Amino acid sequence: MRYSAYSIIKQALSGNRLWQPAWREPEPKPHYDVIIVGGGGHGLSTAYYLAKEFGITNVAVLEKGYIGSGNVGRNTTIIRSNYLLEGNNPFYELSLQLWEGLEQDFNYNAMVSQRGVMNLFHSDGQRDAYARRGNGMRMHGVDAELLDREQVRRMMPYLNFDHARFPILGGLYQPRGGTVRHDAVAWGYARGANQRGVDVIQHCEVTGIRRENGRVVGVETNRGFIGCGKLALAAAGNTTTVGRMADLDLPIETHVLQAFVSEGLKPAIDNVITYGAGHFYISQSDKGGLVFGAELDFYSSYAQRGNLQTVEHTLEEGVTMIPGLSRAKVLRAWGGVMDMSMDGSPIIDRTPIDNLYLNCGWCYGGFKATPASGFCFAHLLAKDEPHHVARFLRLDRFERGYMIDESGKGPQPNLH
Amino acid sequence: MASLITCPHCGTRPKEEFTIRGDAAPRRPGSADRDEAWYAYVYIRDNPKGRILEYWHHAGGCRRWLVVDRDNLTHEVFGVVDAADFQRTEAAE
Repeated sequence: MRYSAYSIIKQALSGNRLWQPAWREPEPKPHYDVIIVGGGGHGLSTAYYLAKEFGITNVAVLEKGYIGSGNVGRNTTIIRSNYLLEGNNPFYELSLQLWEGLEQDFNYNAMVSQRGVMNLFHSDGQRDAYARRGNGMRMHGVDAELLDREQVRRMMPYLNFDHARFPILGGLYQPRGGTVRHDAVAWGYARGANQRGVDVIQHCEVTGIRRENGRVVGVETNRGFIGCGKLALAAAGNTTTVGRMADLDLPIETHVLQAFVSEGLKPAIDNVITYGAGHFYISQSDKGGLVFGAELDFYSSYAQRGNLQTVEHTLEEGVTMIPGLSRAKVLRAWGGVMDMSMDGSPIIDRTPIDNLYLNCGWCYGGFKATPASGFCFAHLLAKDEPHHVARFLRLDRFERGYMIDESGKGPQPNLH
Repeated sequence: MASLITCPHCGTRPKEEFTIRGDAAPRRPGSADRDEAWYAYVYIRDNPKGRILEYWHHAGGCRRWLVVDRDNLTHEVFGVVDAADFQRTEAAE
């Protein structure tokens, strides 16, 4: 069924009794051309673009939980392409361009809202760094504006401009950045992939990777063996666990990142704002809840919940940036497990094992990358060569000395 | 939840006093070792799910490096030793 204003009216007139499930719940077939491990945003978008752009439809997405239960439903929904380095910027810009046409493309309302992303700066040195990043973006054809203190004040009068230690001197603004309703992204991609013949198989956990003569031939699951031509891993925080089944050594550590939402408030925060003196970021959802987060919990963790110290730290940062936040009540907090890479940038590449492909290392920037990650991973699977904007995102770049270290922190994954 | 850490020198202290370096498993190769050994030491991590030894620094206390024995799924802490004692034990084995 194609969704449209007409379909809504038609369903309303028939008492909403004729809506169909958005995707099937198929039994696994004995063999697929491509199996994707992980039914998160990246796995589902990979399946969608494999079917739509590259004509490969004999595909299964295996998800151990249910669609939307992992990081795709746990992030703070921000999209942007304000990266400095050549290995990152064109990739994230492709992603932003795909976001801009996504709802028409997969016929699903993902509530893409280009409300603008503001990165605040608090010192002369930080202004210089942001000016450099903004210039880097503009040289790649990406929108970026360096705003002074008064320009920021006109847009966001509620910020604490005169903080004694971290006064706000201005901001780097990307007007095309914004937010997207994250659940709808998972559902839209799952529905779009399903319509093109992809099997989205929920509650199917991979327990082993079967190899013959050094080549991957299929996966063991809790629902039996499933054969495959190519095996694509998009398992986010569980990348190491799945990779170990094929004896992969990976530059990945798993860490927990928390996110928060306040009670519903009247419209107050129009944009996405990030705090330059910490790692705090905030936006307001269409329901009115303030959605925000900050740093990792700093220690290795596979638990989808976090530490009280980080909760307090996040709220302190928030109140420092927006004093009025002290009057809002936090409604919920949750955590997601991140595949932190050693340089803070992702990996979309072949592995040393034939038929095994890898998509990981998204750190806590994976949501905004969902469309381009799927598009480039599908390109790699279909053509066996990297998409040109993802050509730097190689697994062996650490060994060769070509890190893409956007924040300049070195191989220290809890700091990226 | 690992909100309290029992430092062998200072006693039970809040987690806020500590900074975390990360996995204590990698062993620093010799300066003349091959690039592959250095690559593995700097970049490759076992990233286990469950029990893990980690370097923590008691920055807000005795300023000693410690090794915390922890479960990264339940966040339970099993023990904390001084990093020097940890290395002596490792060397003895």
